[in-house]
Amino acid sequence: MIPAAVIGVGQTKYDSKRRDVSMPGLIREAIDRALIQAGVDWDDIDAVILGKAPDMFEGVMMPELFLADSIGAYNKPLLRVHTAGSVGGSTAIMAATHITSGQYKCVLTVSFEKQSESNATWALSPKYPYTPHINAGAGGYFAPYMREYIRRSGAPEHIGWQVAVKDRQNANLNPLAHLQIPGIDLEMVKSTPMLWEPLRYLESCPSSDGACALIIAAKDIAKGKNAAWIKGMSVRSEGTLSAGRDEVNPLAGQMCAKDVYAQAGIDNPLKEIDCAEIYVPFSWYEPMWLENLGFADKNKGWEFTDQGRTELSGDIPFNMSGGVLSSNPIGASGMIRFGEAALQVMGEAGEHQVDNAKVAMGHAYGGAAQFFAMWVVGKEI
Amino acid sequence: MKRIGVVGYSQNSIKSDAGAANEVELIMPVVHEVLAETNLTQSNIDFTCSGSCDYLQGAAFAFVEGLNAIQTYPPIKESHVEMDAAWALYESYLRILSGDAEIALIYGFGKSSPGNLDQIMSLQLDPYYVAPLWPDRVNLAGLQAQSMMQAGMLTREDMHAAVCASAHNAKNNPSAFKIDPPSLEEYLGSAMISSPLTKYDCAPISDGASAIIIASEDACKKYNLDPIWIEKIGHQVDSSNLGFRDLTLVKPVSDLMNKLDIDLNTIDIIETQAQFSHEVVLMSQIFKRTIQDINLSGGPLAGNVMMAAGLDTIGHTYKFLKSHQHSVALAHAVSGPCLQHNLLACLRSPA
Amino acid sequence: MNNSSEKDYFESLISLEYTHTAGSATTRFLEAVAEGKIVGQKCPKCSAVYVPPRGSCPRDGVPTSEEVTLTDRGCVESFTVVHIPIPGNPIEPPFVSAMIRLDGANISFLHLIQEIPVEEIRIGMRVEAVWKPQEEWTTSLENIKWFKPTGEPDIKPESLIFKPK
Repeated sequence: MIPAAVIGVGQTKYDSKRRDVSMPGLIREAIDRALIQAGVDWDDIDAVILGKAPDMFEGVMMPELFLADSIGAYNKPLLRVHTAGSVGGSTAIMAATHITSGQYKCVLTVSFEKQSESNATWALSPKYPYTPHINAGAGGYFAPYMREYIRRSGAPEHIGWQVAVKDRQNANLNPLAHLQIPGIDLEMVKSTPMLWEPLRYLESCPSSDGACALIIAAKDIAKGKNAAWIKGMSVRSEGTLSAGRDEVNPLAGQMCAKDVYAQAGIDNPLKEIDCAEIYVPFSWYEPMWLENLGFADKNKGWEFTDQGRTELSGDIPFNMSGGVLSSNPIGASGMIRFGEAALQVMGEAGEHQVDNAKVAMGHAYGGAAQFFAMWVVGKEI
Repeated sequence: MKRIGVVGYSQNSIKSDAGAANEVELIMPVVHEVLAETNLTQSNIDFTCSGSCDYLQGAAFAFVEGLNAIQTYPPIKESHVEMDAAWALYESYLRILSGDAEIALIYGFGKSSPGNLDQIMSLQLDPYYVAPLWPDRVNLAGLQAQSMMQAGMLTREDMHAAVCASAHNAKNNPSAFKIDPPSLEEYLGSAMISSPLTKYDCAPISDGASAIIIASEDACKKYNLDPIWIEKIGHQVDSSNLGFRDLTLVKPVSDLMNKLDIDLNTIDIIETQAQFSHEVVLMSQIFKRTIQDINLSGGPLAGNVMMAAGLDTIGHTYKFLKSHQHSVALAHAVSGPCLQHNLLACLRSPA
Repeated sequence: MNNSSEKDYFESLISLEYTHTAGSATTRFLEAVAEGKIVGQKCPKCSAVYVPPRGSCPRDGVPTSEEVTLTDRGCVESFTVVHIPIPGNPIEPPFVSAMIRLDGANISFLHLIQEIPVEEIRIGMRVEAVWKPQEEWTTSLENIKWFKPTGEPDIKPESLIFKPK
């Protein structure tokens, strides 16, 4: 594979309503920061790859077309990816593929969501006759899978609270994070209202406005710069309604991780990966993905959380930035994971930096836990 | 550079209203056909990529529904563009070049019948300044046609010729609509939708799906596939600000011809995703051909499946190169108002 | 959609109408539901039974054509107690949204569970459909008001794991 590296990561401040900026303004906040960090200019950008979740979130069909000028795609190739919640990850991978194909030297990729401009619950609640109209948001859809995980693993209920506390404590170290909850603790999480059992309010992700941009470049541009080299990347999908699908521990996730580890020469992810930004929109997905991605044995993921191993100071820190639980501009949430993994190995993660991080993982999933995108980045080429 | 070729193509018979067929029922037949044509199974495919649009289907995650048409056990490497599937082919092409895959399946699907297409397409416009005025897609195309007329590039006779050429060529395309073209007199007397465009000048509302398989040279040898090489491929987007553009030019196409070093003299046949008669005239001028010489398939005026019609230009050129005496073809896919986003692919038969 | 007292935006409402198509497989299912019956479709390769059917088996990538009539009894594959209201639905929280696996089916669908205290609901519990009065039946799965416990012994959740033929 032709080497490719992230040389710039730009993120907006995440918030529930970014009324101070238009869609182009929001996206440019991320792009400009990425260009500055990368030390490249518009002339260096060969192509623009944009990702976001359903167009109905903003009420604009194929918004990359109207955004073409403001995202610097004018007179350049422009590609738009949409793979549901995993889209931020799939888009980063598509952008990196521009470099690894040998056809491009330096590309800009950006993903965003500005849900405050529309009504996302409406967008996601079409009334079809073949299912009763009882779906109360994504949490209502995923909660039964979490309950099944708890049944299989015998995990105690405080695990979910612990994840919620840990990710929000990390968010307090990340000035860009949407949720900033000083003094967050188990009691606070426990006292918030139950939404979809077993999930309480503070065990669920917020809905945010925000954008994330990456500059990905080939060796001759990246050499000499502070870079996160892509050691392995892959995607896997499975059909929503496929018989025999295990939604609690999806085969697509397991296969995707194996593929990425093999490319990166990783035999033991727990030992060889220093930290990971994993898509955890609901607290219980931390132990579930610890197992799915091969960090923990089956039904033992919750013990990692319980023992503090996923904390910033643990042996496998998860979601140092505060994760999806603290900032969730859906279309960008995957790319934030990929970008934060890059920042860790670049040593640019600020107060939520893991000491001496050399290898980091970024992960995204979407749909009915059926679309997966992952990469592993390293300090060394 | 690794050589990559188109090895199979299948298109549904285009319908003005596919009625009871859902996404799965549209996609599955073309995927099965293209697999049968190439003697491959889903297990031989190492990347699958689709193009579709939620706003056409009227529901978020249309592509997720569509994926139920594909064999996904064991799970597959897969992606989706919210674009015409011609761009899904471009993504697949890069994946093969990068070594991530050797054989890719691409499909595009769309139904324009469930909603009001002209209105829906308005949602592509700038939501702050333009979309609230609801100019529909035919209004904008009308602006472009008027600009051409003012520049002395277009007459209504030319537009009529484009309508007739499409109907004539479509007779040989089993998937296309069979249209009885109006006489010049009838045409000139017909009502305007958005002047100078009449109903005859606009691509018909269409439902359908198409699928293509592309493969690396190594895979072609290994699986005994018969490729038409994708010699050159690239894409470029123009400004979204119509006032900023000269609508009588398609700048991305001229730029791409330079960038990809395409010599029009070497091209035998051309398929362009011109969705209005004046676009056919414009593209014939840019490609230095007569109106009758482009879109031997009939083109979008004889069937225009949104999100697949761009892929179809590549599919049709592939079919022509396979079955005729031609050796080099150019396919042109478009997206966005007034030919904003353009993809060119140059295909060459190995002989 | 903004709760701030000072209105710093304007609403531009988008209204689009669509005629949604269920597809021929699902249409068959809905027609049967309108008669109080539940029909699924069986994969010719792996024998998986899909209810509601969408016309394909994504496991094998083939059309499902063989129709299978099922009873309205099954079990709870998993569930959640929802404590927030559903937009556009009059049902009062808390209510139980459950993945119902009908006997003989290999996928589940979401439906309500009632006629049992919430804290007694469990994975593997046997349930049956409670239908609306016949005169209210339409082509909708909402002809079933909810599912209620049958009182039979629970099944082992592991028995739901699909074994392809």
